[in-house]
Amino acid sequence: MRIFVNGDQREIEPATLALALAALGYGGKKVATAVNGRFVPAPARAATALDDGDRLEVVAPMQGG
Amino acid sequence: MFYGVDLSSRLLLGTARYPSPKVLADAIRAAGAEVVTVSLRREAGPERSGQSFWSIIRSLGVKVLPNTAGCHSVKEAVTTAHMAREMFDTPWIKLEVIRDDETLQPDVFGLVEAARVLSEDGFEVFPYTTEDLAVADRLVEAGCKVLMPWGAPIGSARGLNNVYGLKALRAHFPEIPLVVDAGLGVPSHAAAAMELGYDAVLLNTAVAEAGDPVAMAKAFAMAIEAGRMAFAAKPLEPRDMAAPSTPVLGKAALGD
Repeated sequence: MRIFVNGDQREIEPATLALALAALGYGGKKVATAVNGRFVPAPARAATALDDGDRLEVVAPMQGG
Repeated sequence: MFYGVDLSSRLLLGTARYPSPKVLADAIRAAGAEVVTVSLRREAGPERSGQSFWSIIRSLGVKVLPNTAGCHSVKEAVTTAHMAREMFDTPWIKLEVIRDDETLQPDVFGLVEAARVLSEDGFEVFPYTTEDLAVADRLVEAGCKVLMPWGAPIGSARGLNNVYGLKALRAHFPEIPLVVDAGLGVPSHAAAAMELGYDAVLLNTAVAEAGDPVAMAKAFAMAIEAGRMAFAAKPLEPRDMAAPSTPVLGKAALGD
């Protein structure tokens, strides 16, 4: 199915958020996630199913003022 | 000083725009900063740059104050705050809700609303605000126990645009920790803020984009310490007329 990861279109196997993150190379990384604009806490990733067209945001610590 | 956390340094430092990660780390050390601001951004590209940035910050042993920079709505700011709380394992959030992209002027209405939502949810909010007294009062009502008025627009290096307003804010909120956040350019600006009785200063661009950020970090730290010491020493009020410092009494009569 097709989802948007940080604005870019990606094809992934139907999956939970946890599996999608691993497949996208974010496994074990320090990231926080939101799906369709809603925060998904790390403990909820395994139980969060992704649907076709979902918008996934994956953020990490960055420089800031 | 901030939400029950005592700090010895009154300089909070931003982590953006340094020429290299090494200069960033050296500047934080030179500043003696115990709190640094960080942001959350999309982790993109194969290099996963956020991971290496985080390992630098962690190695410095400083407290982290995550921000909601770039957020234009209450919803965006609140969601970002939730992601930051999980990421950095801290209830602290530097709350920015921006209205105008030219001046980065806060949307004070959205700011108050987001501050209320987050405070009720257990966040300890550091609102980036203007020096407006009524807004400050609303923020305190919303649960903020620190206020961070701007000196001038972010990155503008103008110093304290409204000394009168900042003084009034200090006088109205004697018990609330006040931090001048943004707009400073040189150490004398920071010293001036501290002489007004402000509790701390938050800086970024003035250090990061100086020719020698490490030396500038040190210079700001010294100015902030001097300004604080001067405030505690109770400075004179300005007056219009001269007041001779040398005693008049006992002057020799040497005229014709």
